[in-house]
Amino acid sequence: MSQLALVIDLNVCVGCHACVTSCKEWNTSGSAGPLVDQNPYSADPTGTFFNRVQTFEIGEFPGTETLHLPKSCLHCEDPPCVPVCPTGASYKRQQDGIVLVDYDKCIGCKYCAWACPYGAREFDEQGKVMKKCTLCVDRIYDYSLSEADRKPACVKACPTSARLFGDIHDPASEVSVAIRSNGGYQLMPEWSTHPANHYLPRRQTQMKIHPDELERSDNPRKLDAQLPKPGAAGPTIEDAVGW
Amino acid sequence: MRPAFSVIFLTTLIGAGQGLFLALYTVQIYALFQLLPPPEARSFYGFGSLVSVLVLAAGLLASFFHLGHPERAWRTATQWRTSWLSREVIVLPAFIATTLLYGLAHWTNWRPSIASLPSGGLIDATILLGALGTVLAFALFICTAMIYACLPFLREWHSPLTVLNFILLGGASGFTLATWFAAYAAPQVVGFLTGWALILTVLGFAGRTWSLIRNARLRPRSTIQTAIGVKHPKLAQKSQGAMGGSFNTREFFHGASASTMRALLWGFPLLAFALPAVLLALGLAIDSAVAYSSAFVIQYLGLLAERWMFFAQAKHPQNLYYQTVS
Repeated sequence: MSQLALVIDLNVCVGCHACVTSCKEWNTSGSAGPLVDQNPYSADPTGTFFNRVQTFEIGEFPGTETLHLPKSCLHCEDPPCVPVCPTGASYKRQQDGIVLVDYDKCIGCKYCAWACPYGAREFDEQGKVMKKCTLCVDRIYDYSLSEADRKPACVKACPTSARLFGDIHDPASEVSVAIRSNGGYQLMPEWSTHPANHYLPRRQTQMKIHPDELERSDNPRKLDAQLPKPGAAGPTIEDAVGW
Repeated sequence: MRPAFSVIFLTTLIGAGQGLFLALYTVQIYALFQLLPPPEARSFYGFGSLVSVLVLAAGLLASFFHLGHPERAWRTATQWRTSWLSREVIVLPAFIATTLLYGLAHWTNWRPSIASLPSGGLIDATILLGALGTVLAFALFICTAMIYACLPFLREWHSPLTVLNFILLGGASGFTLATWFAAYAAPQVVGFLTGWALILTVLGFAGRTWSLIRNARLRPRSTIQTAIGVKHPKLAQKSQGAMGGSFNTREFFHGASASTMRALLWGFPLLAFALPAVLLALGLAIDSAVAYSSAFVIQYLGLLAERWMFFAQAKHPQNLYYQTVS
């Protein structure tokens, strides 16, 4: 059984929000109807998004680092939002592990959003149903697209390739290798939701330079400073060890 | 969490309706064992059940205002295997129907006898319907409370105290409503009902105070460190990805000022427990229906504030991701 997921490399993400706009564009134009935008040109624009890029500051000035965290539904392997749904509108697909909402069954009671510790679900005030990331399920299985295009819109949009997409249950997949070899981690592991999406941590590139790497031992400019060789009349190693 | 008034009215109204039904049936059981003078069946049980059904139906009606698609509400009965909300949706109409039948059986005096007690009391259809209603009333209390208590990361709710308090507070308001009703319909049992209303109000105060103390002592399990997975003691959000707010900022923050919270924290125990207890005792002392009616009205207002507080005090871990707009 496979589990599709995103692996997001926080070391590479520059916080450009291209994934946010690309996600919104794809998912507001699909067969499920628009993702609502309220007051888009007024003082308080708001709307439903599947994906948000949030920015955090690590440490205190001047020793600060910036972290951009793209956050969408994590497609938990043990999703707390699914069993609480009273209508069965929220479900986890057996074949690929995508957590989906059936917009025709959802009654808009918002209980699933209460049951998600990550705030991944956003209510659509126009459609009056709960919406969330679908991993572009209408795209990744669309065989009229070329194979390179059968990826979530956010993955295609990322200019730095910070977003990887694949099956984390396949140990040989790109995402599994990335999680395994680059310290992939999950958000809020304390609730045992086992999010499928993983994040690769920021990694500081450091270089250890030893002094002898800066100076060649046989640097000709140092010839004068070399110790004189012992004379032929001096003691040899045989004198020291011979008996 | 942002308290939704539809859910506040739903939980407080059905609690009072369940409590009123339990009060009626308690009187019937005591009367069966000749521990109380039996009230007139039609006006007390029949009309009392009607009041209970009306209160429950008002709660059910309020719940529809919480839904985006109320016309699809019938679907909510399908996931009873996993969802406490689905179970509540099944048990609530079953309880309303049982209460209606219980009242109708009393009203029409349809009481086929099934067995008789050695003392001479007859076990009839109304006793069986009442027993079924009692089971359903407690099942409904458990379902309603477990909707909240089953969510592990809402730690203010994730406790047996939530279930206990829904039972005690629903029972207290129901028995207080019953004293008001009995002051007109069956004055001979008012004293008995007032005693139970006082006991449940005091127990409700104890249970709710216990949960308030527990909430005050809770330490969050999720922190901004676990939320974003960075091990550094100093982390601060600089942007949440939207400047005009989102569903996440509207649904999970109560938005009330600290002074409002403080006023409600001290005000709701006064309204829900202290004043009604005084008024119930006063009603018993001077035999005044006005005291009973004001006890119920004040207690109900207090329970509205209590339920508001119940929602507002729950801190959702998703709020860690929505601390700073920009």
